[in-house]
Amino acid sequence: MLADDALVLGHRLSEWCGFAPSPEEDLALANLALDQLGLARALFAAAGLDEDRYAYFRDAREFRNCLLVEQPNGDFAHSIVRQLLYSAWALPFWTAAAGAADPALTAVAGKAEKEAAYHLRHAREWLVRLGDGTAESHARAQAALEQLWPFAAELLDPPADPALPDPAPLRAAWEATVSATLARATLARPAACWPRAGGREGRHSEAFGKMLAEMQSLARAHPGAVW
Amino acid sequence: MSDDRLARARAAAASVEDPELPGLTIAELGLLRRVEERDGAIAVTLTPSYTGCPAMAVIGWEITAAIERAGLGPVTVRTELAPAWGTAAISEAGRAKLRAMGIVPPGERACPRCGSARVETLAEFGATACKALWRCLECREPFEAFKTL
Repeated sequence: MLADDALVLGHRLSEWCGFAPSPEEDLALANLALDQLGLARALFAAAGLDEDRYAYFRDAREFRNCLLVEQPNGDFAHSIVRQLLYSAWALPFWTAAAGAADPALTAVAGKAEKEAAYHLRHAREWLVRLGDGTAESHARAQAALEQLWPFAAELLDPPADPALPDPAPLRAAWEATVSATLARATLARPAACWPRAGGREGRHSEAFGKMLAEMQSLARAHPGAVW
Repeated sequence: MSDDRLARARAAAASVEDPELPGLTIAELGLLRRVEERDGAIAVTLTPSYTGCPAMAVIGWEITAAIERAGLGPVTVRTELAPAWGTAAISEAGRAKLRAMGIVPPGERACPRCGSARVETLAEFGATACKALWRCLECREPFEAFKTL
C-alpha cells in the first residue's frame, strides 16, 4: 500500500520531466519523483519483495495505491494540489512511523520524513503562489481543489493495520496543514462530498490503466532487460 | 595479514569519489558507514544521501572495483538506511572541498566568489538532489549550495 502510493505518485511526477512550467520547476518535480521512486524501492526491499516484479508485472487490480496519487497530472495547479493533499498526510505519517515497532519500517521512515518535509514545503509555497496569484491561477487552483478533494478521504482513512501509526492524529495534522494553507492561498475549502475510494481494494480509475501501460511497456516488451 | 587487508580495503573504499560531486570522497560525505571482513570477503556498508539517489549503484560498483583492483576482493556492498544520513555527516575536510569547488556547504550562507552574505535562493531544487541554486546580490553570480538535510 505505502510502496504503491510512492511508486505511482513518483511516476506521475516523473511525467512532468521536460514539460514543467520552468526549468527550475522541472528539476524540482523530477527531484520529488526520484525521492518517491527511491521510497518505493526502499519499501519493497524492506518487505522483501522483488521491486521489478511488483512495479512492472502486476496488473491494475493488484495495485493498492489510493486513487489520489494516480490522478492524472492535469495542469500544474492539479499536480500541486495533489501533492499538497498527499504531503500534508505523508509528513506526519513518516514522523509517526519513525517511532514504529518494526525496525525495517522505522529505517525507511527516518529518511522519508526528511524528504516529505521539503515536498510539503514545495507544494505549500506553490499553492499559496497560485491561489493568491492572478485571477487565472486562482481559478485553476480552486478548480483543481474541487476536483481532487473527494479523493483525500481514502488517503486519510487507511485499512486498519496495527503495524502502522494511528490514523486519527494524522488526520488532525493533515486538517491543520491543509486549512492553514488554503487560508493563506485564499482558496475556499470545498463542500463536504461523497468520498471517492477503491484503490486500496484494487479498484482504480480509468486513467490508471493508461499510466501503467506506459510505465510497464518497456519491462514487458523486454523482460529482464538491464542497462 | 588480515588487519593489513582490512586497512587497505578501507583506504580503497574511502577514496572512491561521489560521481555527482567529483573530488569529494564517499568517506568525506559520510556515505561510507563500515568496512569489515566477513566470511573471507570485504563487506562494505553504505548509506544513501537521498532515498532515490541515482548515484548509489555507481558508487557500489566503484567500491567493488577499487577493492578488487587492489587485489583484496571478493567484495560485498550493502546499503543501510538507519540512522538516516544528514548533512551533519559531512566531514570538515569535505566541507572545505565543497567550498573550494564553489559549492556552499550546508548551513552556510555566503557567496563563494565574493564572500557576501547578501544572497538569495533562486531555486530550492538544483542540478542534483543534494544542491540548491542561489544567487549573490552583491556580485550577481549564481552559485550552488548544498542543501541542509
